Amino acid sequence: MYAFNIERPSTIAGAVDALAKDEAQALGGGQTLIPTLKQRLASPDTLVSLTGIPEMQGICTADDGALCIGGATSHAAVAAGASAYPALAALAGGVGDPAVRNRGTIGGSLANNDPSACYPSAVLASDATIVTNAREIAADDFFDGLFATALDEGEIITEVRFPVPEAANYQKFLQPASRFALVGVFVAKYADGVRVAVTGASEDGVFRWSDAEAALSGNFSASALAELSVPADGMIADLHGSAEYRAHLVKVMTGRAVSAA
Amino acid sequence: MPKDGGIGASTKRREDVRFLTGSGHYTDDINLHGQAYVHFLRSEVAHGELKGVDTSAAEAMDGVVRIFTGADFEGIGGLPCGWQITDRFGEVMQEPAHPVLAQGKVRHVGDPIAAVVAESPEAARDAAEAIVVDIKELPAVIDMKEAVANSDIKVHDDLTSNLCYDWGFVEENRDAVDEAIKNAHHVTTLELKNQRLVANPMEPRVAVGEYSAGTGDYTLYTTSQNPHVIRLLMGAFVLGIPEHKLRVVAPDVGGGFGSKIFHYAEEAFCTFAAKAVRRPVKWTASRSEAFISDAQGRDHVTKIELALDKDGHFLALRTDTYANMGAYLSTFAPSVPTWLHGTLMAGNYKTPLIYVNVKAVFTNTVPVDAYRGAGRPEATFQLERVIDKAAREMGIDPIALRRKNFVTEFPYATPVAVEYDTGDYEATMAKLEEIADLKGFEKRRAASAEKGMLRGLGVNCYIEACGIAPSNLVGQLGARAGLYESATVRVNATGGLVVMTGSHSHGQGHETSFAQVISDMIGVDADMVEIVHGDTSKVPMGMGTYGSRSIAVGGSAMVRATEKIIAKAKKIAAHLMEASDSDIELKDGQFTVAGTDKSVAWGDVTLAAYVPHNYPLEDIEPGLEETAFYDPANFTYPAGAYSCEVEVDPDTGKVTIASFAAADDFGNIVNPMIVDGQVHGGIGQGIGQALLENTVYDENGQLLTGSYMDYAMPRADDLPSFSVDHSCQTPCTHNPLGVKGCGEAGAIGSPPAVVNAVVDALQRAGHTNVTHIDMPLSPSRVWAAMNS
Repeated sequence: MYAFNIERPSTIAGAVDALAKDEAQALGGGQTLIPTLKQRLASPDTLVSLTGIPEMQGICTADDGALCIGGATSHAAVAAGASAYPALAALAGGVGDPAVRNRGTIGGSLANNDPSACYPSAVLASDATIVTNAREIAADDFFDGLFATALDEGEIITEVRFPVPEAANYQKFLQPASRFALVGVFVAKYADGVRVAVTGASEDGVFRWSDAEAALSGNFSASALAELSVPADGMIADLHGSAEYRAHLVKVMTGRAVSAA
Repeated sequence: MPKDGGIGASTKRREDVRFLTGSGHYTDDINLHGQAYVHFLRSEVAHGELKGVDTSAAEAMDGVVRIFTGADFEGIGGLPCGWQITDRFGEVMQEPAHPVLAQGKVRHVGDPIAAVVAESPEAARDAAEAIVVDIKELPAVIDMKEAVANSDIKVHDDLTSNLCYDWGFVEENRDAVDEAIKNAHHVTTLELKNQRLVANPMEPRVAVGEYSAGTGDYTLYTTSQNPHVIRLLMGAFVLGIPEHKLRVVAPDVGGGFGSKIFHYAEEAFCTFAAKAVRRPVKWTASRSEAFISDAQGRDHVTKIELALDKDGHFLALRTDTYANMGAYLSTFAPSVPTWLHGTLMAGNYKTPLIYVNVKAVFTNTVPVDAYRGAGRPEATFQLERVIDKAAREMGIDPIALRRKNFVTEFPYATPVAVEYDTGDYEATMAKLEEIADLKGFEKRRAASAEKGMLRGLGVNCYIEACGIAPSNLVGQLGARAGLYESATVRVNATGGLVVMTGSHSHGQGHETSFAQVISDMIGVDADMVEIVHGDTSKVPMGMGTYGSRSIAVGGSAMVRATEKIIAKAKKIAAHLMEASDSDIELKDGQFTVAGTDKSVAWGDVTLAAYVPHNYPLEDIEPGLEETAFYDPANFTYPAGAYSCEVEVDPDTGKVTIASFAAADDFGNIVNPMIVDGQVHGGIGQGIGQALLENTVYDENGQLLTGSYMDYAMPRADDLPSFSVDHSCQTPCTHNPLGVKGCGEAGAIGSPPAVVNAVVDALQRAGHTNVTHIDMPLSPSRVWAAMNS
């Protein structure tokens, strides 16, 4: 990597100030950024670490029952602490390997919006709210294609609020090498309907499978999907699977998530 | 009752103490006073004409010591090839130059163009980025058949084509094989690929070069499986340094799997540059660099035809293979698809007529050379796959078909030029049926079906030729080296022994198992035996570790040297006890005079050898040190039978290995636990090839699988607990230990078992059109096959 400076603010305000400088870059758990730096594919002047800010750490329940997770909370902490939302805890416990889970953060994952990351599917399926230093963003407005989000320059995810569903499950089909999601489907059933979010599959990043949502809202059973199919158009095709294969897996994984929820 | 020491005991590996506690000493742990660091600027295009390399801006940067380009190596030798193949027409292979740094052209992504020597790794990398390379990118040739057919794109302009050689074996059988196939009752044909693999040892390659201006001595520390071979090749053919002025040290090495046999440009560069800049020069590969600079393995495209009579007897076998050499000839590359592949095509079967054709091809890809098994996995895979297909086509049980054709009498001379000394293929198959409970398969299949899973069973045999090899024979076959091994046994005055062996250990456990042999022969505790390897200044000569040859060849040399030690020690003991040499017996570390109660201890004799106050000085010299060179009379032929049961998820195509069993015949065994470990590791790599690993270049020669994000390595949870047995033992008849070698068996024997099992699962589920799937059997490929 190239040489860089690092700042470790202890408050959100301090982090915002530090990120306002030219060529400053936020650093969450570093599970994507550090390898990128090692390959010399990025050369920020200053890294602003967000992991030393107490107000961005931890898990709590809001008055309305939503599960609130600090933006710098590690996957391991979510896996261990999100017992109020077991499907989310299970998702966090299945990200990467223990080293990744102990360093990687929910805010970092969402800000990066890797098209094969797990968390975006949970956020979108849960209709979660992304809280930043400046505003609150609804999940449906947050994800904006591959590696792109609604975040402005220097904006920090301080918290994510998940309404807790009646039933939910995440099914991940592993890409054999990276073990990211080749296709991952998060299904969440709320009183007002079912939401289905898919990661890993689409060239546009995480998306909601609305046909499945409609079918499952009427009949929350894998059999409700029988007549549905996912078009292969717009699905990712690469070494690890064709567009048709990914489209097929979306349906299979959705059915399994419903059965397991 | 298991033994607690000596030959046959599962002694814990002494080297693991340092490996598991972080106190190993690897090449990257070597840091010499004043050392500089090198970074190689590597080609980003697969094929290009080098118009110019402007280093002026880079040279002005902080910390730069000196920058080297191909021009610095003009007039200096290129990397040599250690094996010359003669083609079917009697012509020698086409052998291109392989410069240390690119000259005129680059031929694969990763080909080194320039090398920056600097005060730190970062400064070297910074300066490398400032080098301006003027390169005219040329169309690349990646596909082997296109490389042969399309003469417009030539990897090497000075060669007549991209064909390295067109080899026929046995050429005299060609017409008879064609005729037999034409007239046969049944012919099964299979076209398949044995995909390219990246070796991926845990430790990437490292080299540290050192030069003493005072003495003119060079030292190279390197991650090698055979430091003496590097000393010979680099000294004699590249840099012109006589062996007595060049020391090569390979300390602890973190895995090789073949990829650290070969002499690499970076080794020559660091040695050369150390003199040029008068400082030690160190290079440590990154993992990314390993993907584009370590020799890769396999990469065969094959068509095989098996002719059978109406009862299923094999009549003839013909196989045509395109073998990828990559852009240059790596050290032993030409031997892999020929002598390590063609000679194994008889397998465990008495097929009377065999013809093997191999076209070795240059492409704009990383060079390919030996990788665990080297040629033998490619032979075994195609043979055992085509037998399975034939069994299905003819409606014969695949195990019964194999049994019907087993070689049963030994020695057996195959139609492909080798003679199996011993074996018992029926015994290993019967053992496999027992340990794998093959009778219980249907019950397990029903249980899998209950879960909605498709269960399949795959069985295959394998044979390999190890202990390479008689030097006079390999010389006739084109080897430019002998393939003996040496050992010096030095006994100290106080009775301890130091064994200096040419076999290098980089995971095989030699330090433990070799000591067990000596301990057994003399009757002293294994802790009294030290095994020294990996340093040309300590070990007299060594051809190194590969081809599962260490115990069979290196161990035999050690036995021969120890026999000389014992013979001399008996003379000393005879003198001490005033008896005749011929009456002296050695047991449990005590010399006795037969039929008497006289005895002297091992330590009394060794002390007398070095303090010769009461000593037969008129007959023998003081001291107790002997050297032996052992050149084997034949290859050894380990063999076995493997089975795999898989569950295929019909919805996703994902294959899970439900069970895996291996019944091997390795002859005599020194340390059963180490053998288990070697087999486990080999099966792990074989399952990795069968299900996960693949090296993919795009049409421009860019490596698409250049990191673990896309190159799928097997992990613990991809593998079941293996059932491994090596109680079937037909000892080798021509080496003193009766051993055969076990290092590669797992990697050779396991891929066909997996693929046979997956095809079986799909066939049983009604996918009768699926007769083959090319490896790796990834979920997407299996799903595509089910939906084709």
